[in-house]
Amino acid sequence: MVDRIIKRLYTFFIVLFLYAPILVLIVYSFNDSKYRGSWNGFTLKWYLELLRNFEVRQALEYTLIIAILSAIISTIIGTIAAIGIYGMPVFSKKVVLNLNYLPVLNPDIVTAVSLMTLFRFLRIELGFTTMLLSHITFCIPYVILSILPKLKQMNKHLIEAAMDLGATPLYALIKVVIPEIMPGIITGALIAFTLSIDDFVISFFNSGPSVTNLSITIFSMARTGINPAINALSTLMFISILALLLIINSRSSKSINKKRGELYEN
Amino acid sequence: MKISVKTLTTLFFILIMVFATGCSNKPTLNVYNWGDYIDPDVIRDFEEEFNVKVNYNTFATNEDMYVSIKKGGASYDVAFPSDYMIERMINEGLLEKIDKEKITNLKHIDDSFLNLEFDPNNDYSVPYMWGTVGIVYNKKMVDDVVDSWDILWNEKYSGQILMLDSQRDSIAVALKKLGYSLNSRDMKELEEAKNELIKQKPLVYAYVGDEVKDLMVGEEAALAVVWSGDAVAMIRENENLDYVIPKEGSNLWFDNMVIPKTCKNKELAHEFINFMQRPEIAARNTEYIGYSTPNYKAIELLPDYIVNSRVAYPTEEDIKDLEIFKDIKDFLKVYDEIWLEIKAQR
Amino acid sequence: MKIKWASYPYVLWMIIFIIVPLGLVLLSSLTIGEGVGLGNLGFTLDNFRKFFENEYYVEVLWASVNLALKSTVISLLLGYPMAMIIAREKIEKRNIMVLLIVIPMWMNFLLRTYAWLTLLGKNGFINTIVTKLGFEPLDLIYNDRAVLLGMVYNFLPFMILPIYSVLTKIDNSLIEAAEDLGANKFNVFTKVIFPLSIPGIITGITMVFMPAVSTFVISKLLGGGQYMLIGNLIERQFIEIGDWHFGSAVSIIMMVFILITMAITNKFDVDKEGGGGLW
Repeated sequence: MVDRIIKRLYTFFIVLFLYAPILVLIVYSFNDSKYRGSWNGFTLKWYLELLRNFEVRQALEYTLIIAILSAIISTIIGTIAAIGIYGMPVFSKKVVLNLNYLPVLNPDIVTAVSLMTLFRFLRIELGFTTMLLSHITFCIPYVILSILPKLKQMNKHLIEAAMDLGATPLYALIKVVIPEIMPGIITGALIAFTLSIDDFVISFFNSGPSVTNLSITIFSMARTGINPAINALSTLMFISILALLLIINSRSSKSINKKRGELYEN
Repeated sequence: MKISVKTLTTLFFILIMVFATGCSNKPTLNVYNWGDYIDPDVIRDFEEEFNVKVNYNTFATNEDMYVSIKKGGASYDVAFPSDYMIERMINEGLLEKIDKEKITNLKHIDDSFLNLEFDPNNDYSVPYMWGTVGIVYNKKMVDDVVDSWDILWNEKYSGQILMLDSQRDSIAVALKKLGYSLNSRDMKELEEAKNELIKQKPLVYAYVGDEVKDLMVGEEAALAVVWSGDAVAMIRENENLDYVIPKEGSNLWFDNMVIPKTCKNKELAHEFINFMQRPEIAARNTEYIGYSTPNYKAIELLPDYIVNSRVAYPTEEDIKDLEIFKDIKDFLKVYDEIWLEIKAQR
Repeated sequence: MKIKWASYPYVLWMIIFIIVPLGLVLLSSLTIGEGVGLGNLGFTLDNFRKFFENEYYVEVLWASVNLALKSTVISLLLGYPMAMIIAREKIEKRNIMVLLIVIPMWMNFLLRTYAWLTLLGKNGFINTIVTKLGFEPLDLIYNDRAVLLGMVYNFLPFMILPIYSVLTKIDNSLIEAAEDLGANKFNVFTKVIFPLSIPGIITGITMVFMPAVSTFVISKLLGGGQYMLIGNLIERQFIEIGDWHFGSAVSIIMMVFILITMAITNKFDVDKEGGGGLW
């Protein structure tokens, strides 16, 4: 009994710790003052401002476009690469996997700075393309890492059976392998999407004047005072994430939950 | 699961289509300005009037701006550096000449802001805003007379002092406190200034940029070194605040608009600069950000409480002892090192 | 079925976007001058010498390591019990609890970190309560502790999740067997559960220590501009000062440092899977 209460309390405090700043954001999205220091009463004006504020809207658009594009592209490249790596001889597999780990293990700032140096060296102007390329680069390794275990788990006889029944390798790949590893691919795509949407460091060093994402906008706003419209935006995003999760939770039961669980395990 | 993959992909493509149609091929202008230094509606109006798209980016210090224009591989069309940085950029050939024929609104600029030492003929820059550096303090929290930089070293206010997170400005405060020029190129003087700032560090609450406004308005600190325009904005929000230019002297500064060599659309850049000095536009900007405009036609359009503010529009008497920053040239490295040493102190 | 050619496009991609860039950073760390990369081709160790000869730079490195270590230890102490609690719940409840831990990570981390300013400020939420209770306001913001809190806050989930995931995989019969053999709760934990959860702990430690040691954002937002960490030093070289050569050298130093640390931690990890074997 005491044991249970302690557990409950502990969980409560950890959750409180993780959510306290989010509550602050939500509360301040209704604050009728531009400045953080004062509470001037309840307002919905920042939600209207959000519709009007070009800077925030544009940053949101770029964030989403880049996240979607880099999720798609890195998932495609990553899936093909994972299948290839799976079939590699042990030694070259090890080399490729270790190199693949570099962007995962390297601090963001080193990856960011090295890509910036590359673009500068090749005299590519920093902008949308460089940002997209760098996002794809740091997303692919995670896609590969989430697909490889699925390939390992796959029953090898499945493919053999398909081929015995007259399937060409390509046909077997599309009809047998891809469906088998689909959970891994989806996990990979989701991870890529999340990583891209939340990235700051790599975008900060590799974007030009023509593109900014939400993180960069927030970072530059942190110096000038965050426009409360951003708070409004995050409140909306938070609510939509919650809603999405509730829908998923209620519609499907354990199978999806399990997959979600894997998202963090990998 | 298969269904959801399909739905997801379709969703992705729909989104992409939506965005793709959203972006059109209007000419674009990349503007690089200080944070919180323009009325966003003014940009929107410019976009509408000229049917262009403005990519508006911000920087926190002159040094940031300088590096990203020189090395960042980014092409900006219009930037807003201060006096000494303009001098430096001219000397390093980073700026385009401005075609003064095209800046018809130059005639609205008060003579005292033209042909200054850093750009003798205004070949490279058009004035945007100007101001002073001083101390903003909370009358409720400070009971001493605030008239000297010394108060920033007063242990009574430990943990309540805000300094600028800008090497040139903070070192200038220490130099002025010691009675030296803020363009000092003397190792001994700079060493002394460094030691002053190290001595001061335990008293400092934070080294800040524009967030100083949040902190002072919210009464989180008692004293702060600020640019005059920010002081105007802060006093507007919290009447307990006041602004003082210390008696030892301070910095008088000018932020001008320039066209970097990276500019891709010079025609439009000129239009933008000219637009910013239209009297009604300059007045709107000035009212919004609180800084002081050099545009005398704009001043006529401003409400009295701004024009009569001695913070924003100090008298001749107030500014006669103030010094303007100059490019310190090769001493930049020394300043860099000093600032790092101060920051690395615990 | 082996189609290893399928990996070739990615291998090419890796060469262009991973290996060559790192090579360029290494090159520019070994040269000086105005340009990028192969500026002038005189190799020199000046950049590294500058770092190690100047006590401030070395101090900055130690300060970063110190803070990162502290935040890793705190995250472990806070995270392990949490992971245990979650792992002991029934599967439905477990998933909900994991979601609870993960959802905050889907909010922009800059914004969440920034929101702490409102909580910790002198007139912030916590101090309002403290003063209402009749105490002196606390110094919570713009110091080491604030940066530390920011790190723990941001990286705690990265500690909880890997440990949780390892804990759920522990075969229950092992615990039962230990209990049958007369082990008490404490012994079951120290002799069975804890040793089996070491891989998770190691993943957790790496996932907290690494971003913590290299961060420049948290120290910038919560440190009030007075806490220069190694990440800030790199950012400053590239963004404010423009000395890419020295910046590259600092990056290389940090990278090597991290790789060594990780090689050491991984020594404790007995069963490892596939990749990452090099480190």
